Amino acid sequence: MSSIAHESHPTHKDYEGSKLGMWLFLFSEILLFGGLFLLYSAYRAKYPLDFHNGGQHLNTFIGVLNTVILLTSSLTVAIAVSAIQKRNRRLTLQCLSVTIVFGLLFLVNKYIEWSEEIRQGIYPNGPELLKLPDGEKIFYGLYYSMTGLHGFHVVAGLVVLAVTLVSVRRGTITETNFNRLENAGLYWHLIDVIWIFLLPLLYLAA
Amino acid sequence: METAGDRGYIVPYRNFVMVWLVLICLTALLVLAGTVFHRTLSVAAMLTLTPLKAGLVFYYFMHLKYEKPFLKFAVFVALTLLTVTIAMIFLDISYR
Repeated sequence: MSSIAHESHPTHKDYEGSKLGMWLFLFSEILLFGGLFLLYSAYRAKYPLDFHNGGQHLNTFIGVLNTVILLTSSLTVAIAVSAIQKRNRRLTLQCLSVTIVFGLLFLVNKYIEWSEEIRQGIYPNGPELLKLPDGEKIFYGLYYSMTGLHGFHVVAGLVVLAVTLVSVRRGTITETNFNRLENAGLYWHLIDVIWIFLLPLLYLAA
Repeated sequence: METAGDRGYIVPYRNFVMVWLVLICLTALLVLAGTVFHRTLSVAAMLTLTPLKAGLVFYYFMHLKYEKPFLKFAVFVALTLLTVTIAMIFLDISYR
């Protein structure tokens, strides 16, 4: 009996199942934002001029800068996965650190952008927003909902990347067991994909 | 079947850098289209370049190119269903 209790069993790891599970989670995220994109399209068709005016007021420079930041952070996290596969732990740590810095920079830019709009009284139930036509009110409602939800995902992604970085440093993520790093990367890339759609919808369509 | 011990396909760094360069160029083109081009051309650029950019991230950065056919099929079905659903609802809204 005691010999059975002390018998060691190999740890079962389902690499394929883990990746498929992550993709299924990403599908649910795509559906979540897909609903918001649909809502945006429907109201844009109803209030084309108001959406045009609302979009013109946004800071396109910050929108484009944040796109470049997120695309570059996607590059660094993709390189981090290849680096761990090549047993280059140092490069993996460097790439993850740079990705986290880029994510924080994105949030700083978002803070600057929102602060300016809030200062001008354009925020949900804000004095200036209430004076605007219905279509523009809806535009800003969607703008805050979509970029806010996306920003929340960036924060969650940063936490996941930070935990992954610690795991790589501690040696629990290695060249033969890097599935968690790969899944963290997938999540970060999806955040990038969502922003790829938000840029033209909110900042460029005007 | 890949196992936990399998290191899988290792994508060279330069491939990722090339994809990143293309993504930056497409973003520049998109911004140019939104500010300089005629409205029709600008909308056409947004409708083509944006899914192309997302496709590049899915295919290369998210390793879909190197995944098994089943996963590729699952992603294709999910994205197609979403696109069709959005298109059908949008058609309904447009012709009310």
